[in-house]
Amino acid sequence: MIVQQVLLLAAVGLFAGVMGAILGIGGGMIITPVLTIMMGIDIKYAIGASIIAVIATSSGATIAYIKDDLLNLRVAMFLEIATTVGAISGALLTGVVPHGVLYVFFGLLLLYSSTNMIRKLRGTADERYQPVTPDKWSEKLNLNGSYRDIIAHQNVDYQVRNVPGGFAMMFGAGIASGLLGIGSGAFKVIAMDTIMKMPLKPSSATSNLMMGVTAAASATVYFFNGSIQPQIAAPLAIGILLGATVGTRIMQHLPSRVIRMIFIPILLYMGVQMALKGFGVIH
Amino acid sequence: MAARQKEMNEVERLIGQILRIGVVVSAIVISLGLLMLFIQGGSGYPGNAVPLGFRAMFAGVAAFKPFAVIMLGLFLLILTPVLRVVVSIYAFAVEHDTMYVVITTIVLIILVIAMVIGYAGK
Repeated sequence: MIVQQVLLLAAVGLFAGVMGAILGIGGGMIITPVLTIMMGIDIKYAIGASIIAVIATSSGATIAYIKDDLLNLRVAMFLEIATTVGAISGALLTGVVPHGVLYVFFGLLLLYSSTNMIRKLRGTADERYQPVTPDKWSEKLNLNGSYRDIIAHQNVDYQVRNVPGGFAMMFGAGIASGLLGIGSGAFKVIAMDTIMKMPLKPSSATSNLMMGVTAAASATVYFFNGSIQPQIAAPLAIGILLGATVGTRIMQHLPSRVIRMIFIPILLYMGVQMALKGFGVIH
Repeated sequence: MAARQKEMNEVERLIGQILRIGVVVSAIVISLGLLMLFIQGGSGYPGNAVPLGFRAMFAGVAAFKPFAVIMLGLFLLILTPVLRVVVSIYAFAVEHDTMYVVITTIVLIILVIAMVIGYAGK
């Protein structure tokens, strides 16, 4: 009985790891809906297992990014002050907020990320970096950086601005991460890319690195208060570690566009299901 | 500027290495625990009980209880990002970047506080 459940969860983790790597979304977005809607696991334990999965994904992926010299360690560390405090607040809120509300939040999040994917499908955003004037915080905190643009064959030096705005957004991303057991990668990228005007590539790499530390903050809360069930979290973590490794390898050989098109309706469906469950329409 | 960049790249490579070791070690411990779970056919604890806290966890590991070994592995996995923060403090110290030693230490303190809060809330 327990053996079967463990093997099934390992398979779920494997699937989530591969899909997460290919689609560029954290495994957490896939794991919580599958555990709660399909397997009927209590959302509290689903969130606990999912936050472990986020750490597994982040630690695995960070290794790949470090080789690309894309990440900005100073930006990561400074903004982590906001994300970790947010994550602890989120983890504490999970115990207080009614479960129905958690389901609704999660449903909305899934709907938001499917529209995000639709935008990515249609968008051919101009990737050329537009230099910005740094604000006083950026200069004081030494947040400028540079990275190698492989396609354009040149080094791009960049500045950041609106550091307080980015910091505030990161606090929000931390709350969402702790509350729902997700990596909040999309929100972190918004904070750096849209608000602070950091180029997209270093933003994504830095966000990936930050996810693990953010998740560690809420995971320790969950670990010691009993929200992490070993027979659920362990097979998922192992599955996702393997899946993410495989996913990153095969990513280059797969038509990510097609996979995205297949996955968007699934995300939409899960989003609606979670929201309906939250409102008590379905059980 | 170029020298600084090169130094940072070295530091980031070191951090990557540590993360990799942390992930591999925790994956091995978790897998061992799962294997024990399969072989023994039970968690080593009555009902759905889970060993919470260091004392219960290490006592369980010493008694070869599957759930305790798995929890230890999961804890090691949670520690890998924390370890990354610790190494970063060292890295900034090597660079004589006092401001970032302070900033990164604040992040570490927040992570320790998270542990205390979790412990208190069980």
